[in-house]
Amino acid sequence: MHDMSAQAHAAHHAPTGFIRKYVFSLDHKVIGKQYYGLAFFAAIIGMILSWIMRVHLGWTNFAIPGLHLLSKNGAPGDILTPEYYLQLMTMHGTIMVFFVLTTAPFAAFGNFFLPIQVGAEDMPFPRFNMMSFWVTFVSFLVMIAAFFVGDGPSLAGWTQYAPLSAVGPAAGPGQGMGEVLWASSIAIFCVGQLLGSLNFITTTLDMRTQGMSLWRMPLTTWAWFITSVMGLTAFAVLMPACILLVLDHVAGTSFFVPSNLVINDQLQPHSGGSTLLWQHLFWFFGHPEVYIAIVPAMGIVSHILMANIRRPLLSHRALIYSMGAIAVLSYMVYGHHMFVSGMNPISSIAFSFPTLVITIPATIIVLIWLGSLYGSKIRLNSACLFSLGMISMFISGGVSGFFLAQPSLDIMLHATYFVVGHFHFVMAVAAMFGIFAGTYFWFPKMYGRMMNETLGKIHFILTFIGAYCIFMPFHYLGMAGNVRRYQAFTDDYLQPLIPVHRFITIAAVATGAVQAIFLYNFIHSRFWGKPAPENPWEATSLEWSTTSPPPFDNFGGKLPVVYHDPYQYGVEGPAGDYVMQTDPTQIQLESDEA
Amino acid sequence: MSQADLTMSHPAHPPGMTIGLAPFSVSANKMAIWLFIIADAATFAACLVAYGFLRNGTANWPRPFHSIVNVSVMTFILLTSSLTMLLGVRAAKAGDKSGAFRWTMITAVMGILFAALHIREWMGLIDEGMSMFHNPWGTGLFGASFFSITGLHLLHVTGGVVALLAVGFRYMGGRYDADDLEVTGLYWHFVDLVWMFVVPFVYLLNLAH
Repeated sequence: MHDMSAQAHAAHHAPTGFIRKYVFSLDHKVIGKQYYGLAFFAAIIGMILSWIMRVHLGWTNFAIPGLHLLSKNGAPGDILTPEYYLQLMTMHGTIMVFFVLTTAPFAAFGNFFLPIQVGAEDMPFPRFNMMSFWVTFVSFLVMIAAFFVGDGPSLAGWTQYAPLSAVGPAAGPGQGMGEVLWASSIAIFCVGQLLGSLNFITTTLDMRTQGMSLWRMPLTTWAWFITSVMGLTAFAVLMPACILLVLDHVAGTSFFVPSNLVINDQLQPHSGGSTLLWQHLFWFFGHPEVYIAIVPAMGIVSHILMANIRRPLLSHRALIYSMGAIAVLSYMVYGHHMFVSGMNPISSIAFSFPTLVITIPATIIVLIWLGSLYGSKIRLNSACLFSLGMISMFISGGVSGFFLAQPSLDIMLHATYFVVGHFHFVMAVAAMFGIFAGTYFWFPKMYGRMMNETLGKIHFILTFIGAYCIFMPFHYLGMAGNVRRYQAFTDDYLQPLIPVHRFITIAAVATGAVQAIFLYNFIHSRFWGKPAPENPWEATSLEWSTTSPPPFDNFGGKLPVVYHDPYQYGVEGPAGDYVMQTDPTQIQLESDEA
Repeated sequence: MSQADLTMSHPAHPPGMTIGLAPFSVSANKMAIWLFIIADAATFAACLVAYGFLRNGTANWPRPFHSIVNVSVMTFILLTSSLTMLLGVRAAKAGDKSGAFRWTMITAVMGILFAALHIREWMGLIDEGMSMFHNPWGTGLFGASFFSITGLHLLHVTGGVVALLAVGFRYMGGRYDADDLEVTGLYWHFVDLVWMFVVPFVYLLNLAH
């Protein structure tokens, strides 16, 4: 083992030049921050896109000043065309899912903290790690480039259902060049994730320091490890799917376009392919992907919760087993996205069963959290509040999942706002709360300064209320039959629902504006915050046993030795009610006393 | 070592596993190539499943192949190259540097031979009028899936040959050791293994009656 870390170390002396230090850095900590910055930027873009859509949904004829600058054809007179609405929706979904929810909790925090939490100097393949970020960055540029070419980005939604995604410009604006850029970007993104996953898995298995057995790894490390195992195979399937999609555009194949397809009274030259094939390939990736977004957040929340309730969770192992079970099952449930796609009904039952089964490990995790909270003396700091918020969002979104898991109910609810509300809660907002929690918790370690707690709490309260105001009404809209992906509800049976849409729009704009508090807090604390001590939260895992921020080799020239399980809270230690993993103190267990 | 002594002095909480040897005694390099193989297998599986999905869903799928001579020769060459790779790694482990280099180069040459035969076969099919979107025998999907899957495999063979040459020469120059050769060999065996799925699904199933 030590020769391996020596190799990583040798590959990787502390750089001095600006480019090696901050741009093409091999340091996992810098790469983690780069991922975080990318996710931050992408989140702002994604949020602005959602604002434009929301305003359009609430007040369809409202001219948003300056919108024509984004696209002359897409927003003539500053009002979205129906097609451009779909194009923005596609980009909102794609940017948020891939470049925010996948990169921030997994690639950003994972890169920074996984090697530190297992007591390594760096990952075994620092060059792959650097490539992983820059490949992802290129993928992001390719995606954004779609705004500026021809008639804009693709309009086929982040799921890119065929044949809409595959037939080319005949399908509408953005389905030519925009579509090719979308598919290429995601194929490139897959390469970046593959490189990242390789590093995460080998770090976890090969780079652990002395005493750091698998069961002594913090839950965050477990979560990133399990996520990277999912990412390894899920992205490996999405990549060829995207390449086949590109071939349908540029090589004249028709993998995803059926025979005799007529669009705008024109018989398409393609023939023979299957539209369902795309859905199979996409959702085989797509369902693990939602867990790639949420499992790291589960780890982060568990990690933060324990530091603030000052005792271990009810069961460390049950939580790990549950996350593992979710990872395995995530591959078997993907067909529940396709209940109404024309699959054989028997397949629907076959996919419905594991979908209901996967709620069991998810429920176990939630019950472990809630049970551990019961009767605890909780420290309500910003990180802890956002962790509790994540649990709340995950439960609220998870409950609606029970309904969607059943084909008979799904036929009614599919493609309505019910689904939009469901996945925004359970995957998007829950993961976002995990990201916020992680930021408030780890900011002192990442930047060496404390964030402002008062602003953090205000940020939490407003965001928490705002998130419910936005996404809870989505469920009612869905039950009332409001279909999703429509750009306006002007003169049909949905008109009475417009006030609800307006309420959501106001909530969305307000909640988005509240994020300025976070932005200010982040930037201000980064430069003028109170200097952070080594272990501000009195936490136990290895990242808190090194300086804030950690030195280049993480532990100042020596590797830590680990003596304990990661969460020794509520015990008598030398510095208080906790014993750090590196502390050789013997722990008096309650069971010993008895 | 003092750190080890420290851990020894706390028998109530012994450290879990001491990381003298990585799990399964596998180096990070070897683990990485295994992980890559898992991911790559998923990629090939996706392509083959897509092919099977389309083939099952299409009436009158063309079966244009009349002879298995060419593909048999190719398969024989690729299988044999796995054997020569094995001999190369064994020689390297035994410290026989020139032997290891020789077998590695023979493996690379067999890879080139395989690629040459493959391209020749492609040229023949293209001459008969087959392309990514059209062929004289039936649905255009046949050419699309044939060229995609065999093309992906050919890309792997080409990459493997480049890797074999690069690693082989660097091994000879002393920059790489027997383990690096073994890691390259693992990849090469995987390329071979994938071919054993491609042959029955893409060739034998499409033999003319």
